[in-house]
Amino acid sequence: MDSKSTVEIITELDIVAARRLGRDKAREIGFNKVDQARITTAISELAKNIFLYAHVGKIVIEKIEVNEKTGIGITAIDRGPGIQEVRKVLEDRYRTPDSVGAGLPAVKRLVDSINIQSKIGLGTKIKVVKWLNQG
Amino acid sequence: MNKLKAQYKRILSDYIQSQNESNLYIGQNFIKQLIQKNLTPEDVIDIHKQAIEEIYNDLPESMLHAYDFLIEVMVHFGLMFKEHQSLLIKQEEIRIEMDVAAKIQNLLLETTIPNPKDLDIGMVSVPIRKLNGDYVHFMHNQNYFSVAVTDVVGKGVPAALCMSMVKYGLDTLEYARSNPSYVLEVLNNIIEKSVDDSMFVSLFYGRFDLENNIFTWSSAGHEPALYYNSTEQTFYDLETKGLLLGILQEVKYNQHDIKLNDNDFLILMTDGVTDFREMEEFDSRGYIKDLALSISHLTAQEMCEVIYEKLQELLNFNIEDDFTIVVIKK
Ligand SMILES: Nc1ncnc2c1ncn2[C@@H]1O[C@H](COP(=O)(O)OP(=O)(O)OP(=O)(O)O)[C@@H](O)[C@H]1O
Ligand SMILES: [Mg+2]
Repeated sequence: MDSKSTVEIITELDIVAARRLGRDKAREIGFNKVDQARITTAISELAKNIFLYAHVGKIVIEKIEVNEKTGIGITAIDRGPGIQEVRKVLEDRYRTPDSVGAGLPAVKRLVDSINIQSKIGLGTKIKVVKWLNQG
Repeated sequence: MNKLKAQYKRILSDYIQSQNESNLYIGQNFIKQLIQKNLTPEDVIDIHKQAIEEIYNDLPESMLHAYDFLIEVMVHFGLMFKEHQSLLIKQEEIRIEMDVAAKIQNLLLETTIPNPKDLDIGMVSVPIRKLNGDYVHFMHNQNYFSVAVTDVVGKGVPAALCMSMVKYGLDTLEYARSNPSYVLEVLNNIIEKSVDDSMFVSLFYGRFDLENNIFTWSSAGHEPALYYNSTEQTFYDLETKGLLLGILQEVKYNQHDIKLNDNDFLILMTDGVTDFREMEEFDSRGYIKDLALSISHLTAQEMCEVIYEKLQELLNFNIEDDFTIVVIKK
């Protein structure tokens, strides 16, 4: 199994670094251009949330292989304030007309699975997986 | 997917060769298939990119990069589109729920217009949205007929929920002979206790003594009723300084008596009948008086309907509030 790659998110530039790493990894694993764009978008949203709400944290990207299936796993980890209502943040929101963010509901759409663990005051860990040749 | 790609490539190259309207027509129909297959905008652009790549094998690298850029930015576009679709579905669910709620409200607040001897009563009550924030409650026994016209400040679901409570408050007061001031005092305490501070109710309560022809009334911040005295040929406003219900505990209300004679009539209404945001200067009460007088030969129900129709015309069918009017003719 491929080793994990980690990007520390401290400044906004690190969001770009995480995107770059994610795209390279996705290409390496064999995702097509469109899926590379999707995976990168998901990483971007997760990293931006760390930057905005937890200020520091990290993005871990890895190749996943289980039962003949290959995919990419992205884990966003921080020790920030935590998410108040996890179930709510995955629901589509009524946006103000000028909001153009994608947010966690979009991340959920872009990947095959999403798992959020969050403790108020302790931090947040969000793991998403996208499989090759699926969806 | 590969079949779709091949089809798309064929349609595209046909168009590039001949630029026919029919190619475009076929293309648009084809896109409908892609939508049905749930493809996202970035998928479609990718299909296009691949088709172009195959049609022109000498396409410059830079062109392909430009397509990749478009794919990247369209991911976002597609997400917004998906979210929009899911909100539409949610909206539809809410609409269905609202329909059910409106049906239940209609059952709960159903009013039958009573038919006491010597009085002719008519009513029109039309909600601006599905749920009505206005409510008319009648009670009637051998000696008394009473009527409450209420308006919750606010509209929609919160107003409707509050209204159910007002209805049960009125129901528990049970007796048509209760004093109007007493009714308002009791309701005020109920509402003040049980509804949040931003919710107020205006209410006009009238009780008619069928034997002595005395109409006793009291009002909690409600649109003044109109009383037409046919002997004097004059309209009076039935108005008091009573506070809206639900603001303070233990408010006292005054009540007043008038004697109704034959051909007198009363018009009870909510402010939806008189407040027109688009025509602030307009003397709506004056208009209603003139109109009512000119149609006072009609039945009470017909009078209500004519007033509603005329006001609707006047406002270009743009009435902006729950609209309730009750006419009582002696
Ligand atoms: N890592 C995190 N730590 C703490 N709170 C978070 C974290 N990620 C998200 N949140 C909370 O969840 C909410 C929803 O996040 P989401 O990314 O869906 O939307 P957003 O960031 O508010 O807007 P945008 O659509 O621009 O991303 C955020 O407003 C924030 O309160
Ligand atoms: Mg966000």
